[in-house]
Amino acid sequence: MKTAHQLADALASGETTSRALVESSFEAIRRLEGTLHSFITTTEAEALAAADASDARRKSGGALSPLDGVPIAIKDNICTKGVKTTCASKMLAEFVPPYDATVTTRLRERGLVCVGKTNLDEFAMGSSTEHSAFGRSSNPWNPACVPGGSSGGSAAAVAGGEVPWALGSDTGGSIRQPASLCGIVGVKPTYGLVSRYGLVAFASSLDQIGPMTLDVEDAALLLDAIAGPDHMDSTSAPKPPSGFHAALAGAKDLKGVRIARPREFFPETGVSKDVRASVDVAVEKARELGAEIIDVNMPHTEYAISTYYLVATAEASSNLARYDGAQYGFRVKGTKNVVDMFSQSRSQGLGREVKRRIMMGTHALSAGYFDAYYLKALKVRTLIKRDYDEAFAKADLIIGPTAPDVAFEAGAKSADPMAMYLCDIFTISLNLAGYCGLSMPCGFSQSGMPIGLQLFAGAFQEQKLLRSAKALESALGVVGSRYPKL
Amino acid sequence: MAITHDDVRHVAVLSRLEVTDEEVARYTDELTSIFGHIEQLNKLDTEGVAPTSRPLPMQNVFRADEVRTPLTPEAALANAPEQLADCFKVPQIL
Repeated sequence: MKTAHQLADALASGETTSRALVESSFEAIRRLEGTLHSFITTTEAEALAAADASDARRKSGGALSPLDGVPIAIKDNICTKGVKTTCASKMLAEFVPPYDATVTTRLRERGLVCVGKTNLDEFAMGSSTEHSAFGRSSNPWNPACVPGGSSGGSAAAVAGGEVPWALGSDTGGSIRQPASLCGIVGVKPTYGLVSRYGLVAFASSLDQIGPMTLDVEDAALLLDAIAGPDHMDSTSAPKPPSGFHAALAGAKDLKGVRIARPREFFPETGVSKDVRASVDVAVEKARELGAEIIDVNMPHTEYAISTYYLVATAEASSNLARYDGAQYGFRVKGTKNVVDMFSQSRSQGLGREVKRRIMMGTHALSAGYFDAYYLKALKVRTLIKRDYDEAFAKADLIIGPTAPDVAFEAGAKSADPMAMYLCDIFTISLNLAGYCGLSMPCGFSQSGMPIGLQLFAGAFQEQKLLRSAKALESALGVVGSRYPKL
Repeated sequence: MAITHDDVRHVAVLSRLEVTDEEVARYTDELTSIFGHIEQLNKLDTEGVAPTSRPLPMQNVFRADEVRTPLTPEAALANAPEQLADCFKVPQIL
């Protein structure tokens, strides 16, 4: 499978055209979608027109960027003007945004060609993509298994070879966990590095858009394309660092890099043998590359899921209050008053998991419970952030597994919501702290399913994060070593 | 704190969600289980700990008071389920 940077080189050298790349993408989509169901919407006519425009620009010496003409897929909770953006919900099944998300605009300005909108858990709430109102996506490595979530469609599209890269979003691990389960790279940027304008809001203090790619170099290239200040997002950082791809130059070892290894990420039980073995090998490889491995404690790790499921659901209950059938979206007709219209439209338009989280958040914020639940959770969030700050006082990076196990079979965790929530144990605290992190492939289980390694860095330390990941990726030799048989 | 059927019905009203009797029973079980797990936060002493509502420090973010190009009424109404002139049409409010 060619990476985006390989495709960009081939375009630059004249070896291929954008048209050829987009046609190839749609051939793969035609062949694989019956199995993978990565996409909710594909935009073949628009993509081919954009490809032809790209080829014409390049021919006349006017390529918009080195990435002009490279295909990409976008998670369907990111607004694309004129193209349905459904959030995998019946509520927005026919919603066509009148504007582009800032990240969409930035991709267009650089000439990237969007081939379609990928599947997700409804409103980004889930860890398996089983909560999509339009059917689940499948893991390319074993289609009976889930690709993870909520950015499961993006992960499957990249891992399955339908597109070289895609955008996802991460609120509690929704880029990193599917990246781990599908054997690709997924980056959650520092909160504020990438504009959230046009990302349908789930939890406003946790959400970030990020790259999902075949390798670390592509992740850095895509992050360069989408990152940076945006006046349309008041939470976007005004003067963040840039030049993530440039920072990779010469990355070959980890001399002088201190890596914290939290005891809580390497528990005696709760992580599968294969995952533990694979991650241990990666830690040893980091040591061989010259990194100093420092044991640390992050004692509030065990409280992260409870904290998250109060903070995120509270924010979600507020953000999803807008889905009432009044101005857009699904509306139940013929109701006798506006409150009935709100209640019936929401009840019929929103899925079970979404409604559960709205109920949770509303309860946590309601009179009499606010202090005990929401406010308490915000204080624990401070303690969780302190764990990170103490680790980053001693080390440059934090290392650990991304998920406790490899991809599970569809339906296996449907009976008990808590079972699904506990999948997020290693990813969730990063969003609460707001720092950056990624998942990268580090091996396979005995059953041939991908295993992901997580690396975290402090606020706006993406250059350090990506450079170290690049060195480790080369040394591990897992990326590009095998591909799913589809 | 056990969650009762009445709690669930109350939260449903606040959330503008309709719930059948079967759903009330199901939400009661699910919320009891989830909030039961969340009780573990009470083990932590958070006396004197400031709450963190946003991950990175931010003060009031202003922009210059300049007129920009807004959405046209047509664009803003394009997804309206029901429309009357330049307005979103809804059922009786009062």
